[in-house]
Amino acid sequence: MRPLRQMVDCIHPTLMALTVLLLTGLLAPAPALAVQPDEMLSDPALEARARDISQGLRCLVCQNENIDDSNADLARDLRLLVRERLVAGDSNEEVVDFIVGRYTEYVLLRPRASGSSLVLWAAGPVMLLLGLILGLVYVRSRSRRAGTDPEEALSDEEEARLREILKN
Amino acid sequence: MITELGQFALILAFAVALFQSVVPLVGAARRWPGWMEAAAPAAVAQALLVIFAFAALTWAFVTSDFSLSLVWANSHSAKPMLYKITGVWGNHEGSMLLWILIVALFGAAAALFSDNLPATFRARVLAVQGMIGLAFLGFLLFTSNPFLRLAVPPFDGTDLNPLLQDPGLAFHPPFLYLGYVGLSMSFSFAVAALIEGRVDAAWGRWVRPWTLAAWMFLTVGIALGSWWAYYELGWGGFWFWDPVENASFMPWLIAAALLHSAIVVEKRESLKAWTILLAIIAFGFSLIGAFITRSGVITSVHAFATDPERGVVLLAITGVFMGGALTLFAFRADDMASKGVFGLVSRESALVLNNILLAVAAFVVFVGTIWPLVAEMVFDRKLSVGAPFFNMAFTPFMVALGVLLPVGSMLPWKRAKAGRILRRLVPAAVLALAVGGLLYAVQSGRSALGPVGLMLGTWLVAGAAADLWMRKGNGGLSRLGRLPRADWGRVVAHAGLGVCIAGISAMLAWQQEDIRVVQVGDRVELAGYELTLREVNRVDGPNYVSTMADVVLTRGGRPVGTLHPEKRVYPVAGMPTTEAGIDNGVMRDIYVALGDPQPGGGWAMRSYYKPLANWIWGGAMLMALGGALSLSDRRYRVAAGAARAPRAEGVPAE
Repeated sequence: MRPLRQMVDCIHPTLMALTVLLLTGLLAPAPALAVQPDEMLSDPALEARARDISQGLRCLVCQNENIDDSNADLARDLRLLVRERLVAGDSNEEVVDFIVGRYTEYVLLRPRASGSSLVLWAAGPVMLLLGLILGLVYVRSRSRRAGTDPEEALSDEEEARLREILKN
Repeated sequence: MITELGQFALILAFAVALFQSVVPLVGAARRWPGWMEAAAPAAVAQALLVIFAFAALTWAFVTSDFSLSLVWANSHSAKPMLYKITGVWGNHEGSMLLWILIVALFGAAAALFSDNLPATFRARVLAVQGMIGLAFLGFLLFTSNPFLRLAVPPFDGTDLNPLLQDPGLAFHPPFLYLGYVGLSMSFSFAVAALIEGRVDAAWGRWVRPWTLAAWMFLTVGIALGSWWAYYELGWGGFWFWDPVENASFMPWLIAAALLHSAIVVEKRESLKAWTILLAIIAFGFSLIGAFITRSGVITSVHAFATDPERGVVLLAITGVFMGGALTLFAFRADDMASKGVFGLVSRESALVLNNILLAVAAFVVFVGTIWPLVAEMVFDRKLSVGAPFFNMAFTPFMVALGVLLPVGSMLPWKRAKAGRILRRLVPAAVLALAVGGLLYAVQSGRSALGPVGLMLGTWLVAGAAADLWMRKGNGGLSRLGRLPRADWGRVVAHAGLGVCIAGISAMLAWQQEDIRVVQVGDRVELAGYELTLREVNRVDGPNYVSTMADVVLTRGGRPVGTLHPEKRVYPVAGMPTTEAGIDNGVMRDIYVALGDPQPGGGWAMRSYYKPLANWIWGGAMLMALGGALSLSDRRYRVAAGAARAPRAEGVPAE
């Protein structure tokens, strides 16, 4: 049961802990120890790029955990693969494209804004725009009434009187 | 025997809840005083019965009664007493009972402290609260009975998940539930007001303390969870944007919006329909959260401990409550016309903007959380939405909120002159720009995240100070002490947000790490500190075996402290955990996690320098403290016609 073992390896511990409270507490995760010293590249610039890329790639057998944080075997394989490609001279985009080509877009923690995923990316901005328009309409409807409310607005005469009082 | 009595108490509570949901509602409709007054004793009786059931389950855990299937699956006789007790809610059934206990306690608190409410309104509030209790009692009794016996009791239990055997996580769920369930009170008030057909300033004043209390508890609960993740997971992450975290974050955002808009209802009789809607949605997100975490639909793409049956029941509960409340809302929306009038530049407008930003931010989190499910079901695409998406899509809303907050909180009601407020904020802006500019100059070639984040944090804290200065007016400093607690609450909570933002950005921007194989006696240099691995020992705990390292922390040769990172193995559960060794400081944490022993000798060791780490949770605590100050404001205690604020200490958080 390799897949199960891997799952147990890398089920996101926070998620697990919280979920366990709520579910039945069936599975037990190991603490994630992530990148191991023996995997790391000696060139610090290249290693930094590898870390950067790793944080955007999903450990496929885990729940919402990137390969940089994951303790699963598969995550380790992917980390090594990323470094292999980097050493071979790939750019960051080429590395990601290579991994997506092999494992599909499921591996990306940040979906690309294409096709139906445009909806995901547009949801926030569109809703904000809608909210701002509705909010503005509401606020204007309240403020237009401000002029007509006897309690709120002072007539010119009253303003003049008020100025006089304040002056003294 | 006690177990059976516990089960029996639950069934009785179910019957009482049924009575509580129906009789007062009929009474309120027919104006029958006796029927209406039945609500309060019913709410108290329900609470007493559920307290008894909860105590019975706790007793079974404390005495390690392994004839109960739940105790056997989640406890062990060698476990420390603290974790025997917290084990009660360290599982699905027990945590559901805790949820119900809190629903019932809130209902009883509402019954005891609502003498000032109109009789019909009070009856309706308690009836709605009774319905929520009824739904969850039914769910517990019919799908998740905590009192199931085993035919042949085993000699010992299988232990609680070791990750839960931790003080941070022990108290995380009760606080979270107090928050989730506290929002049920806001919901009950909203639905009762809809039935009543009346939303006025008094309603705003009644509902706000409950919302404040719920929001405070959620803040503490989320902060505890995040803090736990930080020290327990071995690399110092504090927020992962996974569905279970989002499930708690969405109600938090909506509750924050709600407690702001309720002020507008209270002070200005405007935004009524919107506030009612928020109160409904806030509890809706709590229910959705319960569904997400317990059904496994979203988290478990890989068939992880799912339970479709429970999921369906929870979805049905969510659907009935949301559908019912929203239908009622649609019928009554016209009765909730705004009364107050205000100018384009005014505190009202600023609070509208606050609500838009918070609500849309919650919406973004919601869409991101369910998107993998939607994409798979509707578009047949298997994809992931993780931290990089949320960081990018969510952060702008918080930045906008942070930039606008100090201005908005100082604007007067009705009509304001923006110039006057902005002038008062000039010192805060100058200070913020100076901090940002200085940090940008000092750091070399790294992202703008750190300087911008600290600039925003400074702006918020200095803005809060300017706010306080303005309230003080021309009076001396002694006037500060006489300001209403609500003013202090606002200032402290807003400053807390600033502290939290500063902590998050500093930690993300300037963290330093070192990952390497270390031999005993080796020294690692990190951010001006030296870490020496002195020894690694085996230490026996009560129900675990620990591999504990001694790491000496020095700076320029001078000793700073000794850290004890551990790897523990819990033999019964068959599980390892890591315990990081942390040297806490105001300006930085030094964080060490011990990895595996290496084949060639030595140990993998991960060391981190985490600037301003504690500001994250410190800021959250300040926010909660602000909520508490606001809750203790005089107007909730003595104002005529106001419900008394719920007593924060009245609800046991054991």
